[in-house]
Amino acid sequence: MAVSSFAPTSAEQAIEAPLLGSAGAGPTAATQAPVLSRARMRALVRRPTFVISAAILVFWILAAVLWHVVGLNPYADTGKLLADPNWSEPFGTDNLGRSVFARTLAGADRALLIGPLGSILATLIGSTLGVIAGYFRGWVDTVLTRIFDVLVVLPPIIFLIVLVTGFGASTTALIVDIGVVYAPGIARIIRAAVLAEMGKGYVASAKLQRESRIRIMALELVPNVWPTILIQVTLSLASAILMTATLSFLGLGAQPPSPDWGLQINSNMLYIEQQWWTVLFPALAVASLVVSVQLIADNVKEASQP
Amino acid sequence: MSDEPVVSVRGLRVEYRSRRGPLPAVSGIDFHVARGEAYGLVGESGSGKSTAAMALTRYLPANAELSAAELRVAGIDVLTLSGERLRQFRGGQLGVVYQEPGLALNPTMTVGEQVSEVYRLGGAGRKLADERTEQALDRVRLQPADAIARRYPHELSGGQQQRVVIAMALAVSPALLILDEPTTGLDSSVETEIMALIDELRAELGFAAILISHNLPLIAAHCRRIGVLRDGVLVEEGLSADVLTRPTHEYTKTLIAALPDITAKRPQSAAAPAGAAAGDTEAVGAQPLVTLASVGKNYHHKQALRDVSFTIGRGEVLGIVGESGSGKTTLGRTIAGLVSHHGEISWGIERRRHGRRELPQVQVVFQNADLSLNPRRTVRQVLRRSIELLGGEQTVEQLADSAGIDAELLDKLPAQLSGGQKQRVAIARAFAGQVPLVVCDEPTSALDVSIQARILRLLADLQERTGVSCLFISHDLAVVRQISHRIGVLYDGELVELKSSDEIFEAPEHPYTRQLVQSAMSLRQAGQRSAVA
Repeated sequence: MAVSSFAPTSAEQAIEAPLLGSAGAGPTAATQAPVLSRARMRALVRRPTFVISAAILVFWILAAVLWHVVGLNPYADTGKLLADPNWSEPFGTDNLGRSVFARTLAGADRALLIGPLGSILATLIGSTLGVIAGYFRGWVDTVLTRIFDVLVVLPPIIFLIVLVTGFGASTTALIVDIGVVYAPGIARIIRAAVLAEMGKGYVASAKLQRESRIRIMALELVPNVWPTILIQVTLSLASAILMTATLSFLGLGAQPPSPDWGLQINSNMLYIEQQWWTVLFPALAVASLVVSVQLIADNVKEASQP
Repeated sequence: MSDEPVVSVRGLRVEYRSRRGPLPAVSGIDFHVARGEAYGLVGESGSGKSTAAMALTRYLPANAELSAAELRVAGIDVLTLSGERLRQFRGGQLGVVYQEPGLALNPTMTVGEQVSEVYRLGGAGRKLADERTEQALDRVRLQPADAIARRYPHELSGGQQQRVVIAMALAVSPALLILDEPTTGLDSSVETEIMALIDELRAELGFAAILISHNLPLIAAHCRRIGVLRDGVLVEEGLSADVLTRPTHEYTKTLIAALPDITAKRPQSAAAPAGAAAGDTEAVGAQPLVTLASVGKNYHHKQALRDVSFTIGRGEVLGIVGESGSGKTTLGRTIAGLVSHHGEISWGIERRRHGRRELPQVQVVFQNADLSLNPRRTVRQVLRRSIELLGGEQTVEQLADSAGIDAELLDKLPAQLSGGQKQRVAIARAFAGQVPLVVCDEPTSALDVSIQARILRLLADLQERTGVSCLFISHDLAVVRQISHRIGVLYDGELVELKSSDEIFEAPEHPYTRQLVQSAMSLRQAGQRSAVA
């Protein structure tokens, strides 16, 4: 499964990325251009899976932003309980008579808030620690790496359940939890990328010129592992979105009457045999968003490698 | 000598298809190689010499387009071959020896199995193949052959690996042996042995050879005729002696002029105090800058440096020569403070300060400019920061100008620069401020000869102008001699000899130094011999 294979396989590919990038594989400047140069954008737009996924993502972003504006109400009782999909209610209604269509679209804003912010936070923490571990090596590296190793082997869902039980399920707490859970995996990959850069003469030259450590890390190393960092953001994103939905499904994330997708699936599970629409549409929403984000990540990663 | 040449090529063209249209690699060249003859193809990187030779095997990348008026090897029209007949032709008439023997051998098989495989593909049974393998290894002077056969490639030295590759190439008794930079990357004494072996085998077995190299004197010493390639065109062709001594084409002339001449001494500096006789190093290096006392370095259980002691004087250029693995790079890194060490390194000067910051004592110019420049910083950013950090007083433009970097290159990224330009930036970075010592670790060995000469001149010039001391590390004695006041010889982690540049050549004491000087001189003598013949 694409999402769960996140940690091991992407690690190897991500380590290759900066090596290929900085080896100056091509005679042109393209390899040194920003991660998404014009040529790469053009190559991306030619990939059908990328275009379809991007369209789905844009759709959900629009839904998240616009559902208030177009007057959808995910909480109102339409008067008919568990109604079949029909012209006025395209996705039918749920056990409390609420519009599944409105709730599915409205659920996008939670999904697109916690997952992305959580994975950005994870990448920030992970990259910082990874660069520090890779730069200082020695005991700093040993200590940090041991901690990462321990945290990485913890099953993320159990780790999250513990954190949520401890710190509550507010939006901020969930973002921080996701950040903490995904940071170690990212830190390990960034550390490996930094170690590959550390062997190159430009780092030695900067040290020999007595450049400050902060500047070596921020100005010499980070720009060269930047593609790896961007790839980590996108790769952890799909996983984080799925994880927030899972938490809500388990009753640990959003609380009723939130239109959160995971929560909707959970509270309508009883009706799956007869009133399938109450579960199918939120489930499709989660699946479409997670799969498109993952496909976008894969496409960006492939396009960024020469 | 038989009438028909082994190789005859007329109007050979090779183009590589690319998104930006066809890129010509070889644009219409003619040459022939007689039976048993050694023919040399010389050119700098990108001149198309490898492509031209590989066209004879039809083994080119998929985007290559090959055409020729005539392309015959051993009487076979190579252009018409395809499928099984092409395979038989490659397997029966040709042997190819590549630059990197380490990559040409399969690391998971013993070398004996790999050679024996060639015989078995030729139809021999296992027993016969194994017997022939031993003979073949014996023939390339790998003894005892049965013990060598049982080893894996990583258990052999680079020279031994190349001998195995040669044994494999000769297993099919080819009519033509193509040697693509066969000794590049090998140490000079090993190079001499390998080339001598090829000469002997050619006399013994009578195959024709095409020798491809960027090293003109090497080729001239081992080939009867040579062709000089430039941008896919054969600009000059003739007897080695003629080309080397009476080049007619401008390009060949510049190529020969750029050769590091083993007899070229460091030019007497005009700034040297009057009365300083030739070979007298007292004048420049009178005051000590840095002194090493019993410096050593261990990597795990291997001693990379053993008890090395010497002094670098102020304004002196100290050359260090040694083979790969001799510890010369470790020595440079140790002085630069990049690796820990035992023993003592003491400085004869106070640490200088710039504001509150201590300024560095050492800067390093690394061999590989590709890796020593941050791929994401422009030349201007690199130089500006270096001037700040080293407390230099020049502007970026002045610094660039003094290192021969065009102003228009300042806003480019390293990937947009050529190898020579990158190395100029790396040099400018090291000379951005008054740093007492610059360590140059093989600064020219990744560059083409003509660029190498210019970079050496730049280094000598900057050193002269700034009066900075310099530790110049190289495997190439000729390069070191041009620039150094004194030369030290590192052998297996030990400094076996340290003398003025002239004395090293005139009176080498240590057997290894003698061997080094001899192999450097013999190449030149061989060139001269063929010039006389």
